[in-house]
Amino acid sequence: MKTMDKETLIAQLKEIVKPYAKDQDALQNINEHTDFVKDLKINSANLVDVILDVEEQFNIVIDNEAMEHMLNVKSAMEIIEAKLGGQ
Amino acid sequence: MNKRVVVTGLGVAAPNGVGIPAFTEAIKTGTSGIRHDAELAALQFSCQIAGKPEVPESLQLQYLDPLELRSFNSNGILYGLIAGMDAWKDAQLPTGPELAPDWDSGTIFGAGSAGVDKLREAIYKVDALNVRRLGSTVVPQTMASGISAWLGGKLALANQVTTNSSACTTGAESVLMAYDRIRNGYAKRMLAGSTSDAGPYIWGGFDGLKVCTFKHNDNPAAGSRPMSASASGFVPGSGAGALLLESLESALERGATIYAEVLGGHVNSGAQRGDGSMTAPNSIAVQRCIREAVKAAGIDAADIDAINGHLTATGKDALEVENWSIALDRRGKDFPYLNALKGMIGHCLSGSGSIELVAAVLQLHEGFLFPNINCEDLHPEIAAIADPEKIPRQLIYKELNLIAKASFGFGDVNACVILKKYK
Repeated sequence: MKTMDKETLIAQLKEIVKPYAKDQDALQNINEHTDFVKDLKINSANLVDVILDVEEQFNIVIDNEAMEHMLNVKSAMEIIEAKLGGQ
Repeated sequence: MNKRVVVTGLGVAAPNGVGIPAFTEAIKTGTSGIRHDAELAALQFSCQIAGKPEVPESLQLQYLDPLELRSFNSNGILYGLIAGMDAWKDAQLPTGPELAPDWDSGTIFGAGSAGVDKLREAIYKVDALNVRRLGSTVVPQTMASGISAWLGGKLALANQVTTNSSACTTGAESVLMAYDRIRNGYAKRMLAGSTSDAGPYIWGGFDGLKVCTFKHNDNPAAGSRPMSASASGFVPGSGAGALLLESLESALERGATIYAEVLGGHVNSGAQRGDGSMTAPNSIAVQRCIREAVKAAGIDAADIDAINGHLTATGKDALEVENWSIALDRRGKDFPYLNALKGMIGHCLSGSGSIELVAAVLQLHEGFLFPNINCEDLHPEIAAIADPEKIPRQLIYKELNLIAKASFGFGDVNACVILKKYK
């Protein structure tokens, strides 16, 4: 898992956010700079659900502080990689 | 302001029919929605039969999108959404996320509780030190006002959006509260209605109180027996009914179908004094509620064609009929027609009043009296008050002009609504 490349990680995140994304075009073009709320139009209340799904998918626990920063693909990737790397 | 108020839309999710066409057919044919409930049997309930609307996932998807249905576990909200959204669409009013806020339309949609199954899930997680894994869906599905909040969002309701709660009078009360709001000119349209959750965590308390029948577990359709000599307790039910109330002005302007006029009514409480208690009605208050309703509606009690009773199939049915008789001063052959929907759907608790009001409005609109099923052995005390011919055991087609509907609930609370055919 440590050597997961960016493309694979983004593809996995895409699957996770799919049910919550209201903007399907933005979802198709998801990349490192995609913002969950501004671009994908995810309801802000659903961000906690996205985080819970990420935890389940990667078998990690994301603490409250990290959660606050998990607002876009880039920060999500950093947090996931840090957690996986630290295991 | 004293605006006239009419009904321009109906919706229902009842144990014997979901949607107005199915429900109308079921009540005309005397079709029971009471079924054996394997879950209640497994949990060793005394009463193992119940009434539950049948809502397959394909139907759920017409009211909730796939994201909303993820982690959805609040059947009371689901029933309320079906009834409420159907009533709105039946009134030919617009729906969709692109709608602007409709400042003239609101909802008073009652509930006895909200999302008990969802709450149970949450309690298990909290107790297992997993509060962080609750996600976003617990609050909207378990707050008391959940149903009105969901309807408000779906229909762009931007007038008052609230939930009332008064046990089994909830549905009748919601109609009278909505009526007041339109009559006073505070809203043009109000979606009135109520819903009740289904399942063991709602019904268990009543099973524990020993007010449900345990004698018909092997014959569910015969279990709910209002006004019958062999009535032995109510059958628990669930579901929702909804009535779109609208000022006559607005209805005429829109060219809407008018199902009936709401002439008004009355709500009160017996204060748990005299014969009244938390669980029993004070007859003085019941009679007063009916009389005040007649007065508020500006009608003569002698002109009431039919009564849609509360009539739960407990030992209190004869007392209710006696109270109607005293309040209206009518007996024997002069007694109005009387019917009880609970014979077909059981006691749908906080949802009962509005489902039964939908049935009453359909009777006025189409001109019929649905049959009292499971009442072939009419209770002799009731037969002594009302001529048995006034308690139809078969469907009767008949032009009706005025129907009185009452609901009574725990807390010794009462509500009576007077409906008139719109001509």
